[in-house]
Amino acid sequence: MTSISNVSCFNEARRVAIFGGTHGNEMSGITLVNLWIKNGKEIQRKGVETKPFITNPRAVEKCTRYVDTDLNRAFTTENLSAPSGDDLPYEVKRAQQINEIFGPKGSPDAYDVIFDLHNTTSNMGCTLILESSKDHFNLQMMHYIKPALDMVYLEGLSLDLVCLEGLSLDLVGPQPQGVLRSNIFESMRVVLKHALDFIELFNEGLEFPPCSVDVFRVWDKMDYPRDTNGNIIAMVHPNLQDCDWEPLNPGDPMFQMFDGTTVRYEGVGTVYPTFINEAAYYEKQQAFVTTRRETLVAGAIKKA
Amino acid sequence: MMDPVSLPPLSRIAICGGTHGNEMSGVHLVRELQRQKMEKVGSAALTTVISNPCAIQVCRRYIDKDLNRCFTDAILSSPVTGDTPYEVRRAQELSALLGPKGSVQAMDLVCDLHNSTSNMGLSLITYFNQDPLILHICRHIQRKVTLAPVRLIQLDTPHSDAYSLDSIGKHSFSIEVGPQPHGVIRADIFNIMKEAVDQTLEWVRCFNSGSAFEGAEVDNVYIFVKSVEYPRDPETNHVTAVIHPQLQDRDFCLLRPGDPMFLTFSGDTVKYEGEEVLHPFFVNEGAYYEKNIAFHLGRRITLTIPSLQMKGH
Repeated sequence: MTSISNVSCFNEARRVAIFGGTHGNEMSGITLVNLWIKNGKEIQRKGVETKPFITNPRAVEKCTRYVDTDLNRAFTTENLSAPSGDDLPYEVKRAQQINEIFGPKGSPDAYDVIFDLHNTTSNMGCTLILESSKDHFNLQMMHYIKPALDMVYLEGLSLDLVCLEGLSLDLVGPQPQGVLRSNIFESMRVVLKHALDFIELFNEGLEFPPCSVDVFRVWDKMDYPRDTNGNIIAMVHPNLQDCDWEPLNPGDPMFQMFDGTTVRYEGVGTVYPTFINEAAYYEKQQAFVTTRRETLVAGAIKKA
Repeated sequence: MMDPVSLPPLSRIAICGGTHGNEMSGVHLVRELQRQKMEKVGSAALTTVISNPCAIQVCRRYIDKDLNRCFTDAILSSPVTGDTPYEVRRAQELSALLGPKGSVQAMDLVCDLHNSTSNMGLSLITYFNQDPLILHICRHIQRKVTLAPVRLIQLDTPHSDAYSLDSIGKHSFSIEVGPQPHGVIRADIFNIMKEAVDQTLEWVRCFNSGSAFEGAEVDNVYIFVKSVEYPRDPETNHVTAVIHPQLQDRDFCLLRPGDPMFLTFSGDTVKYEGEEVLHPFFVNEGAYYEKNIAFHLGRRITLTIPSLQMKGH
């Protein structure tokens, strides 16, 4: 990457991957990727090789999030450098294979951009999750897509995905696990369409001027109240349920105990909760995540 | 005018949750009843049951086989071997605990708690046996529950062919609340189910204390007619369409000939071509994909129920 008069130059994005089925019960991405494997016309763009790919086929076959361990947490340096062998968990072996095909980061064979398609049971709308606030290419892409959809950018989740170059996680909800909803499916399809249009324009040499992007930066996570056996003893309060991205103020209802009593938020300031009541996060001790609002500035970018 | 009915008091009732291990409202409601040590409902003894603990442990619908299809006479009397699926063993245990099915010792009333990913509000599901006691409970719930629309669904299966857990009881029904994703507990859905269970127990108290329940008409009753499958590619057998956005979340609406049912992935609309106007329910239930059911269709009817009072009052 070189900088000439405040424009950051990036290499052309020649190889783009679209992952579905990283969690085997998140149906929009699975369905889209299978469609595009069968007929990739919709995702073709001039000068770009786009590869749709099912990352966790065994989990997809069983319509379960994972077989041994969460694939979306398996791309650690430790896992990727572990000696391969049959006693490795299925998803660790898969992570090694995927890293071989699409990475590793920094190698000349690594894919330039990877979209990883997910769903959530939370009412998050269309969310783009990025690892770094300094990723100007992805910030510009998000800025380009945002007017078409009500998209939000979430940063700072530390998903151990550092080893894959240019990865962005596209998350659409609410949708139950194992269910395919038409509106959610179409939203994700449109997000991908605009993302690929952006890449095509970028590759054609279009310069994208500086822009600002409103983001939500992850602050903290909140678990459910639990008993001494670890069982949850309360539910997300009806006033908070489905209110992703809306302000939660100190004193606002947060949980409803099973006996009906209300537990209130006792933080110091206003936060913006998200991932509210995501099914997969009960086992990760997470009822919701709190975020703070920020405005990030992305510098101008163009093709090198 | 129907003849009045008198029935013996209900002395033993059961509330069951977690028959499907990822339908969370029932799991937590039963646990809460157990935490409160609810053992009596007026003069009746209350048994609370967590039906499928192994499936709950892993938050799955079932381990080997859908428990709620294991209560046919044939399965309940089948010999247990090393290959017997977990849920068949469990069904036999539950039948011994709450039944045996069809016997004098069986629970007077069994109520089984379920969730659906479909937008079905509060649905009360019974077999096609016109049990006046159950219909009075359902009517009571319809009149008292305010948090959600309440409908009755009657299966077209006679009680003799019953396969579900609740059918162990002399009187039985299931409470189904949606929409809720499997594996998730929503407070609003929990509160609806709690209200339905509370009203059920309230009715039992009233009945057992001798209250008379007038004959009446019950509306918002849907009789199962048929199931509709997802369109599939004839070569690959892959599903080729999704529930149409105009049908999604519109359980119990009118589906007229020509109305959209599915949207194919290539953008075409598949329309309802039946001759009769029917009402869809269990629209896009996640657990029914493996049964190849996109939705059920029912015919809306009104039932007339006789007056009812406890015998010996």
